[in-house]
Amino acid sequence: MITVIDYGSGNLRSISNSFSHINVESTITNDPEEVAEAEYLVLPGVGAFGQIMKSIEPYKKVIKEHVDDGKPFLGVCLGLQALLSSSEEAPGVKGLSIFKGEVKKLPNDNRMLKMPHMGWNRLDMTLCEPKKTCAIIDGIVQDYFYFVHSYYAAPDDEEVIAGTVKYGFDVTAVLHENNVYATQFHPEKSGVSGLKMLKNFVTMSI
Amino acid sequence: MITKRVIPCLDCDLQVPEGRVVKGVEFKEIKYAGNPVELANKYYEEGADEIVLLDITASREKRATMKNVVEDVTENVFVPICIGGGIRKVADYIDMLKAGADKCSTNTAAIHNPELINEASEVVGTQACVVGIDAKRKYVDNSKENDDKNIVETEKGYCWFDTSIYGGTEFTGMDAINWAQECQKRGAGEILLTSMDRDGTKDGYDIELTKAINDAVDIPVIASGGVGKPEHILEAFEIANASGALAASIFHFNEYPVPQVKEFLKDNGVNIRI
Repeated sequence: MITVIDYGSGNLRSISNSFSHINVESTITNDPEEVAEAEYLVLPGVGAFGQIMKSIEPYKKVIKEHVDDGKPFLGVCLGLQALLSSSEEAPGVKGLSIFKGEVKKLPNDNRMLKMPHMGWNRLDMTLCEPKKTCAIIDGIVQDYFYFVHSYYAAPDDEEVIAGTVKYGFDVTAVLHENNVYATQFHPEKSGVSGLKMLKNFVTMSI
Repeated sequence: MITKRVIPCLDCDLQVPEGRVVKGVEFKEIKYAGNPVELANKYYEEGADEIVLLDITASREKRATMKNVVEDVTENVFVPICIGGGIRKVADYIDMLKAGADKCSTNTAAIHNPELINEASEVVGTQACVVGIDAKRKYVDNSKENDDKNIVETEKGYCWFDTSIYGGTEFTGMDAINWAQECQKRGAGEILLTSMDRDGTKDGYDIELTKAINDAVDIPVIASGGVGKPEHILEAFEIANASGALAASIFHFNEYPVPQVKEFLKDNGVNIRI
């Protein structure tokens, strides 16, 4: 059973549709007690860092307990950024600090790139040596995924970066450490590749 | 690197319960291309990078029908979905996003009430706020005629781009380049740019218009209006550097199926997701 935290971030229908499509039962809940009982936990997210940290306040404790218990956790897009310690988008606001480090604004020197970074980009495992193998992108390390963001994760320990994409430089696309997985892209909007990634996540043994 | 997006657009007539996709908006001979849910599924399966659903009736009373269409489409379509037509209030954005859409495009409503862009982007995020700009060339005698207009040189002479509302039936006198920059400042995350000179012609996108707007803003610009063959999409990417290209009629009736168009672009050196 997959539990998706509903803290008011809007489009959760696509995530639950994706799980249905791969024949996995999922529940969307805003009840911290239900979140505490999750086997697999998903933190989705669109919007801004300051707002997500405020909205997930009631779930911070149970998220940390879930992670400390070694149960599978997946953060998506802003749900990845929330795992860092802080963000340039909202100075002074504390993140979950599950990964130590900062979320920074994507650099755009000389206005060479469009902002936000919006569209399909390919996981880049050729130019940037993968630091480690990562179960959720097993078999899809060269695939295209859908991104939309203006900030990126810069963890202190680069070893946790399991995938990057090129957008001016190597942008963090996947973070992974032990039972914690997070993607900057939206698997629920990334076609067959995204569905495969979700399938990888839910078929990991607990 | 990021790929260029190929975006089929479904013009939906919601006067029937499940909606129907209209091909061409010419008054005399309206052709129906099929059911929006079935077509969206087909284009998704074929590799469309994103799908736009436009409510051509843009009527308030059909909001519920559009919501149902979006819910049915997003059940099996796992690429971004953008909704246009009849989006007038922040509540309309929220409704459509909850139904499974990712972005909403406003046009006339944003011109009548530009604050809508600020309010919507604060609530649903800039990534969900697309502004549709319908622009038409206004030719002038020389490059210095209007101080408050951006004059662009084209093969047919100097012109500026007038912003239209109500699907090209009224003109505002607002310079489209200035308006695009204002939209970006107010929080728009993307511009869906349609040439009213080219829409329905199959003569190709207005490349000068697309390039001028694209150069003036930092947010992505989607070219629309006038595509008749894959070469036109290539021009929008190669010359105007658009982030995406929208097309409707070439995809309906299998004139140029999505996979064929994407193969063509890839063969011509465009970075495409295949």
